[in-house]
Amino acid sequence: MNTHKITMTVNGQTVEADVEPRMLLVHFLREKLNLTGTHIGCDTTSCGACTVQLNGTPVKSCTVLAVQADGGVVNTVEGLAQNGQYHPIQEGFREMHGLQCGFCTPGMMITAVSLLEQNPDPTEDEIRWGISGNLCRCTGYVNIVKAIQYAGEKMRAQNAVPQANAEVHP
Amino acid sequence: MIPPPFEYVAPKSISEAVKILDRDTNAKILAGGQSLIPLMRFRLASPTLLIDINRIDGLEYIREEVGWLKIGALTRETHLDRSDLIESRYPLLADTTRMVADPLVRNLATLGGNLAHADPANDHPATMLAYGARVVATSPSGTRVIPIQEFFVGPFESSLEHNELITEIQIPAYQVGSSGAYAKMERKVGDFATAAVAVQIQLDRSGQCTYAGVGLTNVGLMPIKAAAAEQSLVGQVLNDAVIHKAAQLAGEVAEPQSDQRGTEEYKRALVRTLTVRALRTALKRLDRGG
Repeated sequence: MNTHKITMTVNGQTVEADVEPRMLLVHFLREKLNLTGTHIGCDTTSCGACTVQLNGTPVKSCTVLAVQADGGVVNTVEGLAQNGQYHPIQEGFREMHGLQCGFCTPGMMITAVSLLEQNPDPTEDEIRWGISGNLCRCTGYVNIVKAIQYAGEKMRAQNAVPQANAEVHP
Repeated sequence: MIPPPFEYVAPKSISEAVKILDRDTNAKILAGGQSLIPLMRFRLASPTLLIDINRIDGLEYIREEVGWLKIGALTRETHLDRSDLIESRYPLLADTTRMVADPLVRNLATLGGNLAHADPANDHPATMLAYGARVVATSPSGTRVIPIQEFFVGPFESSLEHNELITEIQIPAYQVGSSGAYAKMERKVGDFATAAVAVQIQLDRSGQCTYAGVGLTNVGLMPIKAAAAEQSLVGQVLNDAVIHKAAQLAGEVAEPQSDQRGTEEYKRALVRTLTVRALRTALKRLDRGG
């Protein structure tokens, strides 16, 4: 069996492993690293439950080989909370009832965070377009949109703090 | 599902990649992987070697140069989507890239891969037919330019030789009076088209059409160039009668099959409707001065 030695940074930690080329990134995360927050949903590149950030971009980890992430930076749902504090997107999903069964939530949150990093103040249409690769079968999306709006507001407020004394431009 | 075992290499240069490709007839190029990896997981494709071109520098770019818009084969859909140049001058391409799969897939999916896969349900083939684009292919013996109408030769089959890699796509550069649109009917985000129509036109100062390209998605075993529809538009002022005549001809050249997305008659009617919509959108865009 041919294996490749790969190294990557997952949620800020360097990990190293020998993997077969055919190992998918989602299996690597779940089975080699025991990071089971990233879910396998449809297994057909449709649902987005397996979404992770690879080098800052949200991708479906069921459709990326682990060897492709060699040398890269991967962020999963487990990396969202920092120092025991929920990430604003996690708070948003809790406060706005953005989940029911919770299966799509990890992927949905990773996509949402990536969207807010690109576009800190998206319109509702932009949010709905942005999450159109993530399927939720419970909520009807209404509260997911609210959760992302909540997180956007909170993240904007947090980012504004260092410049609190600066003049505000619309 | 897990693909069958294969070997993997990630060369750093085009010349290295095509040298490896040349040696192994069971090798496949891995670009965005958004079609190939699912195919391998379903075991519909079982290459014994994957040549990952994602670590080759200089294959992702968008630039206008001597009469052509040149796009590196590894350029991601998201990159096309966010390009101001494409947004302002190539509305047909802008429309098309936004209709490919979903935002997450578009973060990895590439223009070169979309064409190389030669899937009649993919969106870019019809668009490239409408533009009259060219594909630049590189092999160990050099590069060759393939006109897009000679590129698709069968279902999932292109005229690429086994040792050729798509390195660039070339679209005729924007000219004043050119416009286009992509009209797609899909059941939901991320689905393949029930049918879609790509239209590119060029009008002279008097409003007469001097170029027309019409391509059809997923209504046949191959992407279809609606040549009769194109010819019916050239030399005309694009009024309602001319638009409907072209739509009629586009519907006639479609070869749809009845399936879960609709009946043959429905899809043919859809091609007519989408042709009208795409032409009207293209004209409206010209009225707006872009």
